[in-house]
Amino acid sequence: MDAAPGRSPRQAIPFLLPALVVLAALVLYPLVFSLIRSFFDASGEQFVGLRNYVDTFTDPRTLTAFRNNVIWVVVAPAAVTGIGLVLAVLTERIRWATAFRLVLFMPMAISLFASGIIFRLVYEEAPNQGVVNAVLVGVHDVFSPSSNYPGARPRDGYTATEAGFTANAPARAGDTIMVPLVGFSPQQVPAPALPASVPQAGQGELRGVVWLDVSVGGKAGRIDPTERGLPGVAVEAVRDGQVVARTTTGDDGRFTFPDLTRGEVVVRLPSSSFTLPFRGLTWLGPSLITPVIISSWIWIMTGFAITFIAAGLSAIPRDALEAARVDGATEWQVFRRVTIPLLSPVLLVVFVTLVINVLKIFELVFVIAPGSVQSEANVLALQMWQVSFGTGGDQGAGSALAVILFLLVAPAMLFNIRRFRRERS
Amino acid sequence: MRKQWIALLALTAAACSGGAAGTGSQEFKGQSVEVVGPWTGDEQKSFEKVMAAFTSKTGAEVKYTPAGDELPTVLQTRISGGTPPNVALVAQPGLVAQFARAGSLKPVNAEVEKAVTEHNAAVWKKFGSVDGKLYGFTFKTANKSAFWYSDKAFQQVGATPPATWDDLVKTSKAISETGLAAVAVGGADGWTLTDWFENVYLRTAGPDNYDKLAKHEIAWTDPTVRKALEELAKLWGDSTLIASGALQTEFPKSVINVFGEPPSAAMVFEADFVASVISTNTKAKVGQDAKFFPFPSVAGSKDAVVAGGDMAVQFKDDKVTTELMKFLASPESGQIWAELGGFLSPNKDIKPTAYPDDVTQDLAKRIVDAGDNVRFDMSDLAPAAFGGTKGAGEWKDLQDFLADPGNVDGIMQRLEADAAKAYGK
Repeated sequence: MDAAPGRSPRQAIPFLLPALVVLAALVLYPLVFSLIRSFFDASGEQFVGLRNYVDTFTDPRTLTAFRNNVIWVVVAPAAVTGIGLVLAVLTERIRWATAFRLVLFMPMAISLFASGIIFRLVYEEAPNQGVVNAVLVGVHDVFSPSSNYPGARPRDGYTATEAGFTANAPARAGDTIMVPLVGFSPQQVPAPALPASVPQAGQGELRGVVWLDVSVGGKAGRIDPTERGLPGVAVEAVRDGQVVARTTTGDDGRFTFPDLTRGEVVVRLPSSSFTLPFRGLTWLGPSLITPVIISSWIWIMTGFAITFIAAGLSAIPRDALEAARVDGATEWQVFRRVTIPLLSPVLLVVFVTLVINVLKIFELVFVIAPGSVQSEANVLALQMWQVSFGTGGDQGAGSALAVILFLLVAPAMLFNIRRFRRERS
Repeated sequence: MRKQWIALLALTAAACSGGAAGTGSQEFKGQSVEVVGPWTGDEQKSFEKVMAAFTSKTGAEVKYTPAGDELPTVLQTRISGGTPPNVALVAQPGLVAQFARAGSLKPVNAEVEKAVTEHNAAVWKKFGSVDGKLYGFTFKTANKSAFWYSDKAFQQVGATPPATWDDLVKTSKAISETGLAAVAVGGADGWTLTDWFENVYLRTAGPDNYDKLAKHEIAWTDPTVRKALEELAKLWGDSTLIASGALQTEFPKSVINVFGEPPSAAMVFEADFVASVISTNTKAKVGQDAKFFPFPSVAGSKDAVVAGGDMAVQFKDDKVTTELMKFLASPESGQIWAELGGFLSPNKDIKPTAYPDDVTQDLAKRIVDAGDNVRFDMSDLAPAAFGGTKGAGEWKDLQDFLADPGNVDGIMQRLEADAAKAYGK
């Protein structure tokens, strides 16, 4: 304490008192109360010592939350600081820098809750709703178009293998094969399809028909009047694992293998006609949920990092950069050896602030993760809320989590405070 | 002229008071009661109309506080703060029991008890009793034993509403042959899955075992649980029958998947409130395009209904509070909301014609007709840590079962472990 000369600290007390009272009532009291509360059970009457803490550290859900918090702290602040640095340096050079930064800063103006809802939709699995999967499916379908009859399958008598549906019974020339398919909507059968009929057996030829065996009141395995053949289905004749003939069905669903030599073959429908359309990834499933939420947080917080770093950037002495350039340094070298070292105090403050922010992350996880994966996406702050208020309301265990969270955030806070102090002196 | 004025004024005053007071006295004029309930939006408007009728009958002002899903937290906070409302409507019997045992609730008075006995089947009185004393009654109920189906999809295969579980599986298979998934499951919400299980369990194991399992007097590793899970797996285990992405589908979306355009499934199972989701989110008309059939009988079981509901309980026992409870227990109050729609009551003395349409009348009738075979939603009876927490307990375990319906043994063990922990507290 360096009291100004001639002023007594006693005089300062009345001036400080209002602030101290507010601080004590709103910060100190809840802090101490939470600490004490964490040693009591759910009802708040029974002193249980450290049991809440032991329970917390043996609960698998808390451990998942811990693990996720570690992932968050390792990945998210570094990514945001890095992206923020790159964008701040790049935007410094362009003419509409302020406008550009304004756009990047905009997500900060949206509440985390609303952003969460936006990203919940962005990562929606159905490609007609989630924009990410819509793009993925669009790109995928350019390179490998979808099949004619996705999801269709033979009614029975065929075994699904990797190559396709293989007939259980062998066939030979002169036979007629009936292949009833189901699992496809009659409304989606292509227009040129004609009513199916049983082909006549041909001398020396293997003939058959592939049709959609779905109609109101229709009999299974029989061609009913309204049922149509399926054009364009690939059919293979396989002998000893080798494809000996290949054909596709006509508009009436018929196919013919004209000159099969004597002996038995097995008919196979290659799976290429039936593969389900590519539907994108299950972003909101258990394995991708944390990266997905982190990505949305990065989108929101990058603007924050850019603003701070850009401010720091404008404070860098220009002559240092100029001197380096005059000495023949490349732009990369200037960036790497001059800009970054000069910026490092700002970068550190941004980084540490983000770490604090990340440790408290709550809304995004709460909103984005569907209920079925919330335990996989869980983080400490969410777990604390769920334990204290969500379930039967064990505020003792919740307070224990709050204290743990506080202890985790405290070092980062102290670091920031000390840094500010040192800068001032 | 002057005289005429006075006469007119007197007349208007008489008309006003006559209209407002109805037949009731204004004995509680100037007093006010506070009600905390879960209803917001349209339901809030309807409930406020019910309360307006109380005001005009007794003169007492009613202040309604909508608490939404956070009702348990709101009540808990109000109780610890020493300012509980006069009356609350609570959906969780477990919470009612907790408040009753803690002495926060007042048992209902003899007149209210008489009204409850008179107007409801005996089983409803049991739901509202804790340790032999009656603390409340179900004011608004939900019929959670309904399958809603798209009439168009059923016509495609000429199907009729199945009466047995095996028929349901058969119909589902027929529907899946048309390329449409049979059932949409809102698996992202755990509570829909617990409702599935409860309906099957109530039918396969019977009401007595249901009561025992709800109290955890039999273990979740019991053969009756296995039987129910295996029945469920007949449907859930066939990937062609269940709409894809079930675990990322929230309840409202599962409804839209059936009745929106284009549909991706033909049926959805859930309570009567599906009807309001249909009418607010899709163009389908309830009663024409969207119909329901009761949860089918499993292995020859009798009619039974799983019900949820909001229980009216009182935190004060002054005269005006009792008067309000009496009003809520009478058919008079229920009738007002019934006419407005979106409401079912276990009160058998509400005229069936009070319900606005055939579908609602049918749903209400089934609850009243099931009499003592009605069971309260089991997950609402369980401790919240087991039956009511996102990403934990029964919700999570059944979600994992939906992901892997072959793993009956593993899920039973996890259910038992989670239940033991939650009930043990």
